[in-house]
Amino acid sequence: MEYAAIFLPLFGTIAGYLSRYLGDIISQLLTTASVCLSAVLSIVIFYNGITHDSYGNYLIYEWISSGNFQANWSINIDPLSSIMLIVVTLVSALVHIYSIGYMSHDPNKPRFMSYLSLFTFSMLVLVVSDNFLQLFFGWEGVGLSSYLLIGFWYKKDSANKAAIKAFIVNRVGDFGFAIGIFLIFLFFGTLNYNEVFQLVPSFSEKTINFIGFDTNLITLVCLFLFVGAMGKSAQFFLHTWLPDAMEGPTPVSALIHAATMVTAGVFLVVRCSPIFEYSQFALNFVAIIGMITAFFAATVAIVQNDIKKIIAYSTCSQLGYMFFAAGVGAYHVAIFHLFTHAFFKALLFLGSGSVIHSMNNEQDIRNMGNLWKKMPFTWISMIVGTLALTGFPLLSGYYSKDAIIEFAYLSHTNVGYFAAAVGIITALLTAIYSWRLIFKTFHGKFNNEKLSRADIHESGFSITLPLAVLILGSVFSGFLFKDYLIGHHYVEFWGSSILLLKQFSHEQVPSWLLYLTPFLVTFSIPLSYYLFVKNVKILEQIKLRHKKIYKFLINKWYFDEIYDFIFIKPIKLIGLFFWRSGDIKTIDRFGPDGISKLVKIISNKATKLQSGYIFDYAFIMLLGFSLLLTFFIIYK
Amino acid sequence: MIEVGLGHYLTFGAIIFSIGTLGIFVNRKNVIVILMSIELILLAVNINLVSFSIYLEDITGQIFTMLILTVAAAEAAIGLAIIVSYYRNKGSVRVEEINEMKG
Repeated sequence: MEYAAIFLPLFGTIAGYLSRYLGDIISQLLTTASVCLSAVLSIVIFYNGITHDSYGNYLIYEWISSGNFQANWSINIDPLSSIMLIVVTLVSALVHIYSIGYMSHDPNKPRFMSYLSLFTFSMLVLVVSDNFLQLFFGWEGVGLSSYLLIGFWYKKDSANKAAIKAFIVNRVGDFGFAIGIFLIFLFFGTLNYNEVFQLVPSFSEKTINFIGFDTNLITLVCLFLFVGAMGKSAQFFLHTWLPDAMEGPTPVSALIHAATMVTAGVFLVVRCSPIFEYSQFALNFVAIIGMITAFFAATVAIVQNDIKKIIAYSTCSQLGYMFFAAGVGAYHVAIFHLFTHAFFKALLFLGSGSVIHSMNNEQDIRNMGNLWKKMPFTWISMIVGTLALTGFPLLSGYYSKDAIIEFAYLSHTNVGYFAAAVGIITALLTAIYSWRLIFKTFHGKFNNEKLSRADIHESGFSITLPLAVLILGSVFSGFLFKDYLIGHHYVEFWGSSILLLKQFSHEQVPSWLLYLTPFLVTFSIPLSYYLFVKNVKILEQIKLRHKKIYKFLINKWYFDEIYDFIFIKPIKLIGLFFWRSGDIKTIDRFGPDGISKLVKIISNKATKLQSGYIFDYAFIMLLGFSLLLTFFIIYK
Repeated sequence: MIEVGLGHYLTFGAIIFSIGTLGIFVNRKNVIVILMSIELILLAVNINLVSFSIYLEDITGQIFTMLILTVAAAEAAIGLAIIVSYYRNKGSVRVEEINEMKG
């Protein structure tokens, strides 16, 4: 069963792609059916896990066995990976169904479906791995599928650029990740999780010399692993690829850039909790980067106008939440938020995709408005997604986000208090930008000149069905699973998959903290309604009065410009220099071009000898004969 | 009066040989001249052979000379025949125009 759950998507990839000659429908059916089946199996695995404790490690194949280095392909089912299995396969199955409707006008459906399945397979390989090497394989596999899917509309220049940007920024992170893995193998002599985690305590005091500095080994390993996580999860400094990745089709954004792939970084930190727990410095670093990202992305999301980019920055911000939860040691809460976030963020993305689909690929929310009567189901699902995202009481986001803030407060460290404060502020910002999206899209007046309002209609069944399932997930996933994942017995549930060195105190959180966030979130609804629908002039005035701040935000804190100036331009110059003077002027000139030119010159000279006149030949013959004779006479 | 000896004969042969070879590649006009030059070269060789034959009092050289003369006659006949057929094809036997082997 475990084998089938992992390999069905791979089967879907191959079968879906090969059956493209048999028609789009067969290919769509094959891929969707195999991923759906895999989702059902994952749910069974998870259920068996909580009821019968049937966790285990299933060996697929011995991959590398060289000296004392061993790495296996294996399926490691534990509480952490079984939760990830559910998230990945469930969202993936829904996105497969959704894509049938969403991509109905695209000529390359089989390719799209098989890329989606390939992504699902890579992600499953990543989460069920029991060693760092297989993890890295899955890690690169999802990177590849992300690249392929962002650049799916490869005739669009911007899509290609975004794909390459995502790939290169991820490469920076992967470089750090690879160094982290090398360090682990160098000092621990193994890449197997269990063996590494057992060895960590004995290395906790070891310092090594790293580029001239004496550093704690564990801290160094953690920081390098975290650089990898930052790249994949679009954290501050390496976040620039995520908004651009929205060039891909919307189902891709929902699956890869919201629900699953970008959470791989969080998964990595949580999976490596037995290492991170031994380095307070690395944990603080994780928490601080998470806080900065959460706050930064929320501020940028407030002023963006592209419907998908708003949600992309929102994803970035929520990932920041997960990281600072992990950073204050609340790994289980980070995973819980990952779990709920997957549902409501996929819901928001698929809902916005439904809007985009009906609006003929219009993505600018300034050109929308007053759609709620036209597409009531999409409207409801977006409302539910927004309520869940902002943490409205009793919806899934409420349980996970408030838990993050509470646990940050309960960790009783300075970083923890600070994280709680940032969490509350960001929650307010989140509510404002989310409601701005809703009000601008579905309320107010209709602002599109290209389309008449009568042409807009609700999307088809294959789009609304996944939305319906995700609405259920967004509403109930928090309430149903909070007892298992973060309730009083969370230590028993997580077992050995998460290590907590220090227990959280069981004291009650002050009640003002418990009520503050829900109050702010609820209060923000009428506030945003007033600002974005009733009295738009106030905002315009604020915009005019604080032009500099507005510009700073709408240009995303000028990150792209700074990177362009610091990295891209110099590297481009260096590249041009090496290309012009190194490649063309040196290698080509003396290498292939030079030799071919030389041969041409020599052969031109040689053909001149062949005059065709008999007297010339006779003369040369005589000359040669005389020379031979002379040589013979002198050197006899 | 100077005594005419082997040296003079050999010098004479060498001069004839040089004229023959020069005639091959200095001449730019007529293919028949080349044929004649080849004939001259052969004659120079013959002179050498005859001179040495007399000097060494050995008849073999003179026999060889007769052989060469015969072969030269046959060769001249074939050469002339080739030139005649070439002339029929090309309408000219000027050496400057025969350069079809040009690379």
